Amino acid sequence: MLDTAHPSTLATSSGTVSEALDRLRRSSEYVVMPFLALLVSAALFSAFLLALGKSPAEFFSLVWRGGFGTGFSWQNTLVRSAPLVFTALCVAIPARLGLVVIGGEGALVLGGFAAATIAIPLVGAVPAPALLTVMALASVLAGGLWIAIVGALRHYRGVNETISSLLLFYIAVSILNFFVEGALRDPSDPNKPSTMPIGKDNMIGAMPGTDVHWGLAAGIALCLALYVLMNRTTFGFAARIAGGNLRAAKAQGLPVGRLMVVSCAIAGACAGLAGFFEVAAIHGKANASLIAGYGFTGILVSFLARHNPLVIVPVAIFLGGLAASGGLVQRRMDLPDATVLVLQGLIFVVLLVSETFYGRLPFFRGKGAA
Amino acid sequence: MSDETGLATVLLAMFAGAIRVSTPFLFVSLGETLTEKSGRINLGLEGTLVFGAMSGYAISYHTGSPWLGVLVAGFAGSLFGALHGFLCKLQKVNDIAIGIALMLFGTGLAFFFGKAYIQPQAPRLPSISFGAWSDTPAVRQALEINPLFLLGVVLALVLWWALRNTRWGLVVRTTGDSAPAALALGIDVNRVRLLSTMAGGFCAGIGGSFLSLYYPGSWTEGLSSGQGLMAVALVIFARWNPLYCFAAALLFGAAGALGPALQSIGISRGYHFFNAAPYIMTLLIMIASVSPRRSLKGAPGELSITK
Repeated sequence: MLDTAHPSTLATSSGTVSEALDRLRRSSEYVVMPFLALLVSAALFSAFLLALGKSPAEFFSLVWRGGFGTGFSWQNTLVRSAPLVFTALCVAIPARLGLVVIGGEGALVLGGFAAATIAIPLVGAVPAPALLTVMALASVLAGGLWIAIVGALRHYRGVNETISSLLLFYIAVSILNFFVEGALRDPSDPNKPSTMPIGKDNMIGAMPGTDVHWGLAAGIALCLALYVLMNRTTFGFAARIAGGNLRAAKAQGLPVGRLMVVSCAIAGACAGLAGFFEVAAIHGKANASLIAGYGFTGILVSFLARHNPLVIVPVAIFLGGLAASGGLVQRRMDLPDATVLVLQGLIFVVLLVSETFYGRLPFFRGKGAA
Repeated sequence: MSDETGLATVLLAMFAGAIRVSTPFLFVSLGETLTEKSGRINLGLEGTLVFGAMSGYAISYHTGSPWLGVLVAGFAGSLFGALHGFLCKLQKVNDIAIGIALMLFGTGLAFFFGKAYIQPQAPRLPSISFGAWSDTPAVRQALEINPLFLLGVVLALVLWWALRNTRWGLVVRTTGDSAPAALALGIDVNRVRLLSTMAGGFCAGIGGSFLSLYYPGSWTEGLSSGQGLMAVALVIFARWNPLYCFAAALLFGAAGALGPALQSIGISRGYHFFNAAPYIMTLLIMIASVSPRRSLKGAPGELSITK
């Protein structure tokens, strides 16, 4: 920072103001670029809709109405944002180490399954708070171990984390199906294979004054905690060094393997919690409804947020709103439910391409570099 | 049913399954071998596979010609490959991340346009009966072989030969091993990679059309469930060798057929675990075949996934 007491800086005080503006302009790149990417995606998607003979204006106004227009749609949006916050953290934390983990959906599924399974013998035997605590712990453990495998395989065996985490997702789905359609199936539910319900009285309620369950609040708190962990502690610093240059980190004697495994465990625990809240606040049991694609949308959330835990919350709400409006768009415009998927994929591609423009647009270069 | 005939039934079913199920693995892995040999990885082939399945089915439905569907699926795949190849040559754009994005985008587009084709029945690819000599129905059924499988075998041989013995193969390998060396030889690195990725996409599209037009033989949203991605993992196991790709694809096909084979002799317990067999096997194979301490034999030097 500038030392204002120093005579030379006092003399050029007008210069420091413009310097500060210059700095602001340069750092605004990280906010403006994702927005530009969103605008370009919206334009491309409009062209796509026009080519199909649909009205882009109608589409975006319906997305607005269905996602953010009314109190009801806001609540719907926030309920869908909660799991996105957790699954995005599952991508963001390993990303600090340079790992691209995309199997958060698997940790979500197993986390939800573990929570529902451990609840079976305890329902009725212990009070609700104790039951929910045990369930949350089970989901953290299951999800954490699941993604820790990914980190361990990467460090100790050199197995690519992107592929292994996605393979583990398919294995997690098989585990869920195996038990839910077999030993743990609730015989009184003929419609959909599910575990025994945990019961209405044991479920997590809504935050006061809303229909939004506590998962969102927990997600926000977790984002804050992980921001502090990754930006203000030795652990986070070491992780960033390892992500920046693996060889340098090893040369400095950093425990790279442990950093990888622990980061992945934290990441998996986050996604596991998403499963816990889906079971404990929404479904009341574990079944195939857990496989709703939150893990995959979470990848996009994390990339849009540039893997910054603090930015994940608003981005998750934005994409949650997009998902929440899907039904309305589908009914009113006679579009398939995959419309939102197309838009999400488009945003993802454009966003990654926008990386190439960082530092190359003259506006953000400021005076120093120009 | 005695144990012995039970075992024979399972083995025959797995043999038949290996031939029937392996074709998509074969095509995707051959295409990816070519792409990776040029120094770039395309994880988006899962999306390409699904989009190929949808477009092939749609074309077959509208024109009545499944072979035209196969061709269009290939061209759709090469479009995705072109997009991948074009985007990856931009500065600071990560090929693994672009692959994931195109995987989601391709799947989304396939589901979007495929909604209308979930119900209708499209003409399917024919099969050639090699088993007419046998009196056993199971054997005859096992030897109902699709021409695409045979085409894949030929493609594996041609690619294996061409990568080793042609100037064109040398250009691809040099580009993949060292971009500076290729530049020094006057090779346009980006163009080689673009064309290799497009060719890889073409193969993956054909692999997808096999899924919807032959086996299982209809378009559904869950039809691929990771086969494109497994095929990408399979390339590492196959050491970037097209002939090993063929062997590995057969192995994957057999693993995929294990669950249904056991079910056919009345073992249905653990069906979902047997369904997980291909994924578990892929993971175990990756653990066994890569090592953090030595670089892999046959691995292209520029490949980001093995660095």
